[in-house]
Amino acid sequence: MSVSETYVRYRQTLSEEPLAIGVILVALWMVWSLVSGLLTGGIQISSLASLVWDGLLRGLVIGLAGIGLSMTYSILNFANFAHGDYLTTGAFAGMGTSYLIAGIGENSVGALLLVGAGGSVFGGALGIGVTTAPIAVAVGALVAGVAAIVLALGIDRFVYRPIRDESGIALLITSIGVAFALRYLLQFVYGAGVRGTTAAGSVPRVNVPAIDGTFRVTAHDISLVVVAAGLMLGVHVLLQRTKLGKAMRAMSDNEDLARITGIPTERVIRTTWIVGAGLTGVAGYMFVLWKGTLGFNDGWLLLLLVFAAVILGGIGSIYGAIGGGIIIGLTASVSVIWIPSEFGRAAAFVVMIVILLFKPEGIFSGRSTA
Amino acid sequence: MSAEGIRGRFEGLFERDATLVIAVLGALYLAYILAGVAFGYELRGQLNSIANLTFFIGVFGMLALALNLHWGYTGLFNIGIVGFMGIGIYTTALISKPPVGDGAAQVGGFGLPLLIGVPVGVLVTALFGLLVALPALRLRADYLAIVTVAFSEIVRFTMMSRTFQTFTVPDTISLGPLAVNPAADTVGLGGGGGLILNYTNPLEALLRALFLWEPYLGFVGFVEANVISNNPKPVLDGLLYGIVLIVFVGLFYLLLSRMGKSPFGRVLKAIREDEDVANALGKDTDRFKLTAFVVGAALMGLGGILWYSGRGSITPPSFRPNITFFIWIALIIGGAGSNTGSFLGGAIFAGLLYEGPRYFKNLVQTAFELGDAPRNFGEAMAGFASLDPMPFILYTLDSVSQLRLVIMGVVLIWLMHNRPEGLLGHRKETASSVDLARPGAGGSTGKPAAADGGEEQ
Repeated sequence: MSVSETYVRYRQTLSEEPLAIGVILVALWMVWSLVSGLLTGGIQISSLASLVWDGLLRGLVIGLAGIGLSMTYSILNFANFAHGDYLTTGAFAGMGTSYLIAGIGENSVGALLLVGAGGSVFGGALGIGVTTAPIAVAVGALVAGVAAIVLALGIDRFVYRPIRDESGIALLITSIGVAFALRYLLQFVYGAGVRGTTAAGSVPRVNVPAIDGTFRVTAHDISLVVVAAGLMLGVHVLLQRTKLGKAMRAMSDNEDLARITGIPTERVIRTTWIVGAGLTGVAGYMFVLWKGTLGFNDGWLLLLLVFAAVILGGIGSIYGAIGGGIIIGLTASVSVIWIPSEFGRAAAFVVMIVILLFKPEGIFSGRSTA
Repeated sequence: MSAEGIRGRFEGLFERDATLVIAVLGALYLAYILAGVAFGYELRGQLNSIANLTFFIGVFGMLALALNLHWGYTGLFNIGIVGFMGIGIYTTALISKPPVGDGAAQVGGFGLPLLIGVPVGVLVTALFGLLVALPALRLRADYLAIVTVAFSEIVRFTMMSRTFQTFTVPDTISLGPLAVNPAADTVGLGGGGGLILNYTNPLEALLRALFLWEPYLGFVGFVEANVISNNPKPVLDGLLYGIVLIVFVGLFYLLLSRMGKSPFGRVLKAIREDEDVANALGKDTDRFKLTAFVVGAALMGLGGILWYSGRGSITPPSFRPNITFFIWIALIIGGAGSNTGSFLGGAIFAGLLYEGPRYFKNLVQTAFELGDAPRNFGEAMAGFASLDPMPFILYTLDSVSQLRLVIMGVVLIWLMHNRPEGLLGHRKETASSVDLARPGAGGSTGKPAAADGGEEQ
């Protein structure tokens, strides 16, 4: 393409898309204010690094949960609004197990399994943490994944499968019903209170030097990174080395065609739920371990960010979900440099809306779908 | 085809719908009155309970009707309803609150009468509707859903934000040659604490505007002297406000039925069924969708204003997405696409799912002398160890306000499985403005809306 053609094209874009100009202007202003802030010392590099680190971890959770949402969105063709509550269920089940392992003998089993509902047991007193109770944490994470899988398969069997052939919208509305029922059942069982779950004081931490200061990295940060990266790699290998990835792609393109070419569609769907829900449950557990609090609303509050990540990355692409998750996490955390901190999540939503307007197929789409 | 035949047909339809509405409302009110009798309510308590029921039937009916314009008519999947409601009432509050913040009400407003505040609230909601619709209507239905719910959350974050909590208004604002002296000292959204609605009570404002305030006070005095001796005014206020809401429901209904039967409404339904076809027939579908979305958003704003304006205060947690989903459930119960269905759905939702469980709990507690409920699920389950289900039952009753949301979710799932068209949805509608029934056959009132009239020809 010649220079003049490019120029003409850009001129057209600018005159036809007033929104695009706005987005570009905002981006320029952000760069300028960041650079000038860093140069004048208004923004410290260490605090920026701390925000980036926080955003990255948040993004890993969102990405991990997003893989499952993205896969079911593309294969079953509906936006599952109950996905966030799968995450919460996993977190509660896993944390209950961790409590049980860490505190058995001294406390009642019921109170431990209910993650100390009503202030009967406290995670801090049990010493929940990756260094203080490694076995409890490892088993808890595993149980979180399994619980989410069992839940997802059960709900699929009784709620989604009977209306598999309905439109995506009918399934979406149904999933809202599932989300309601699940979330408030969780509140019924575990109570409405937000509880602290970890012995936050005894988590090892190091202060990593940045140019003009330090930012903090804890053992829970590291374990989140390790678990998330390991699982993402595992999914990558699973989808590349087995036929599952190809079967999933075929199904998301055309389910009927996939079936007549001999792909056992129901089995692929079941595998998809297992992989997706397992990752989501573990993501929920690691999220709760990392932030140190647990409430029945956690998954729902995360859900819109997960949707943002999935849409950003392009529905159906697991790499897109991971990349989108990290971008959304970074946006939610780092945006507080430019805007008041209460609007961090709002900024992530705005990024999602902008992507939907300009590139509804997502920024990673069309490549390396798995 | 005689004009009489057409009238007969519409009357037949109207009568069936009207019978259904009256039957459902009658059953609901009867159930509540019976519950009141069981509670041993005096007349005052009964009236209070009826006023409460009427209020929720009114607001849910109204909002379900507004949603019907979006989803039922046009197929726009809007799950940001509560955002529009919030914008409506917050704008009205800003316009109409007295200028000086005093005591509990830290933030003031512009001190203009509600007669200005309410229309401005609706107008501002419509503008925000336009703001959302302009870019978002290009999107697929599920993307539109996610964008609208994200929008409603952004609205809520803005309400909670410290940044918008208060602003000091300068004494004089000069706009070029024009200098304005606003009455307000401070305005703002009040942050997490919300806003205290310390303007004139909306009912009083309405009655004063109609010159009915003095007669109404006289009537209240009469009731106090003869019927209810202990402070009847709040109860009568509530009843009257419920009636006002029902009048608004009627207005919404009229507006939407007129719209639905107009050429405009037919295009909307064509868009719902197949946008490409409507487009190919030369209709500028984007424009139609935009108009429908903006009008629906404005109605939602009005619904929000009517819901919260008499409540004394508004706080951001009231505007969580849950309300949006309540209205969706109401619409799906009634049947998307049908105005009568929308209202019925709103009434059934309000009476059975929203308020019903609480009444049920109170009934059980009145009927049986029950002890204190366990504080958490663990204590509730502990009873089963000694084969005593009582703690669990008590805990379940005590948690009824959470469990009703579980019930709503299950009802929604059940409806989507078994009756996705709701009570009255997806009735066959004739697209023609003239009667298509065979001459002589269409006059009978019992004929169901000439559903297959087109095929008979």
